[in-house]
Amino acid sequence: MSARASGDAWRQPVMRVSGGLVTLACTLAGLLLVTFGLSRLSPVDPAAQLVGEHASQGVYLEMRRTLGLDEPWPVQFERYVVRLAHGDLGVSLSTGERVSDDLRRVFPATAELATLSLVLSALVGLPLGILAAWRPRGVLDAVVRVLSLFGNSLPIYWLGLLALFFFYAHWHLVAGPGRLDDAFEYTIDMRTGSVLIDSWQSGLPGALANAVSHLLLPVALLAAYAIGNITRLTRAALLNESDQEYVLLARAKGATEVRVLLSHVLPNAAGLIVTVLALTYANLLEGAVLIETVFAWPGLGRYLTTALFAADTPAVLGGTLLIGVCFVLINGMTDVLVRLLDPRGR
Amino acid sequence: MSGTGLWRRWRRSAAAMIGAAVVALVLGTALAAPWIAPYDPLAQDVADRLQPSSARHWLGTDGLGRDVLSRLIYGARPTLGLVALVALLMVPIGLAVGVLSGFYGGLLERALMGLTNITMALPQLVLALAFVGLMGPGLINAALALVLTGWPAYARLARAETTLLRRSDYIAAAQMQGIVGLRLLWGHVLPACWPAMQVRLALDLASIILAAAALGFLGLGVRPPTAEWGMMIADGSKVVFDQWWIAAVPGIAILVVSLSFNLLADGIRDARGGR
Repeated sequence: MSARASGDAWRQPVMRVSGGLVTLACTLAGLLLVTFGLSRLSPVDPAAQLVGEHASQGVYLEMRRTLGLDEPWPVQFERYVVRLAHGDLGVSLSTGERVSDDLRRVFPATAELATLSLVLSALVGLPLGILAAWRPRGVLDAVVRVLSLFGNSLPIYWLGLLALFFFYAHWHLVAGPGRLDDAFEYTIDMRTGSVLIDSWQSGLPGALANAVSHLLLPVALLAAYAIGNITRLTRAALLNESDQEYVLLARAKGATEVRVLLSHVLPNAAGLIVTVLALTYANLLEGAVLIETVFAWPGLGRYLTTALFAADTPAVLGGTLLIGVCFVLINGMTDVLVRLLDPRGR
Repeated sequence: MSGTGLWRRWRRSAAAMIGAAVVALVLGTALAAPWIAPYDPLAQDVADRLQPSSARHWLGTDGLGRDVLSRLIYGARPTLGLVALVALLMVPIGLAVGVLSGFYGGLLERALMGLTNITMALPQLVLALAFVGLMGPGLINAALALVLTGWPAYARLARAETTLLRRSDYIAAAQMQGIVGLRLLWGHVLPACWPAMQVRLALDLASIILAAAALGFLGLGVRPPTAEWGMMIADGSKVVFDQWWIAAVPGIAILVVSLSFNLLADGIRDARGGR
């Protein structure tokens, strides 16, 4: 009996993690089907796009055969998956480079923006949520409610435009669009792709300060957008837990409020809070796509929107796939993490 | 104690009332646009371009000398039209998937719910971008793009409601009267799912407006020169450092409308006794 119990002790987490991995694999397969389906649905004929309008019928058919467009679609899908497995996303029609190289260049800019925003919004949002749960229906609670209401009603790109107008053009408090001033733009070697690290490593005087000045507005905006939701959901998770009987018991036993919060409520709400942060991170990646167009941020969002207008199908699908994979991975990893964090599973 | 509780409830319903009033106002404006708008929203007057607010043009003129107020009034049409179109397509799809999988269970349920969960894990805005970008910009494609990734939440809700209902005496009674198949689902299961759908849809409307405006801002909504709020922001962004109001005005319109929808949704949710 005890042997079985100890055997289950390690088997259970493994089972739970592997269940999460199966879901993850299915979702990834679904994502591939969607991107593949999008490329099939598109009225743009890739063969006609490559050979041009005035090519002869023979050349056109030859190109269709080279691209494998005459095959039945399951075969095409298989080829698509095999090419992806080799890291081949095709060649961008507008930059002329391989899409995988383009994405490697632009993605760090977006990831840096989203990650810094997540850190900032978590640092502000989590304590705010705890404070709001401390005194439900207090002043802070009302402020948080209004903040999250506005956060869910504001077009973020519009707020970005106004912020650029006031803080950059009018008051000269921060730097303008882009990641660095022109003086640094071409002198700093972007080795890691993170503007903070690269400008710091360059050792140029003022480079790091300039990078921070450029980061300030977009990061603050994205964070402001996320803080409301993090606070509201943290508050809800904590309030939900503090209604439970174990909290009443802990209080009855004379535990202090801080102790109740730290060793009883927070561990039980941890799974929910992790989920909230992960969802926020995924949303921030998407929000970055919008904010990049406003701040001329050379990231994935701007790459994607530029490609859209050039009818650059490989670039659009590659960018979509990359964000999709990030989404699916964030969701999947959260799922696994929540299963492991759940105290009832220990 | 009961006094403050009553006041709180009144205050909250007052917010919902304000939300409903603004939504009704915008709806009326959209319908009556040709009679309210002082100018033709497409009429250009290049000599009078980029004007600030004046007695002739209350909200000034844009880069092509078009009256911003008139464009704002006409801009309510594509926004609300798109929201209506998305709601009309998204809710039935979600309902059908949810009710079918909840009622019949088994393999059908696993397949449909698998599809639902996969769709739910995909990035909504970026997929919408790719969809509209590849299919071509336009109101219908923008609506389809938002529907494509928006239905799973409704499917989950409908399935949860249907699963609860399936074993109820009420459904058993209906079946014993010989009501089966589509008629059972349509007449007995569907109405029971409806309230949850309404609350969810109300909560979603503001985010649909924001997504629609975002597509417009990126140039993937209606085709120019039709007035649309998101596109008006994009037009104004070119001159934001000199004539900031051209971008600011349509943004305020989006904010006001989505805020009103959010207030209204909170009211509906509270009235329905949700959390």
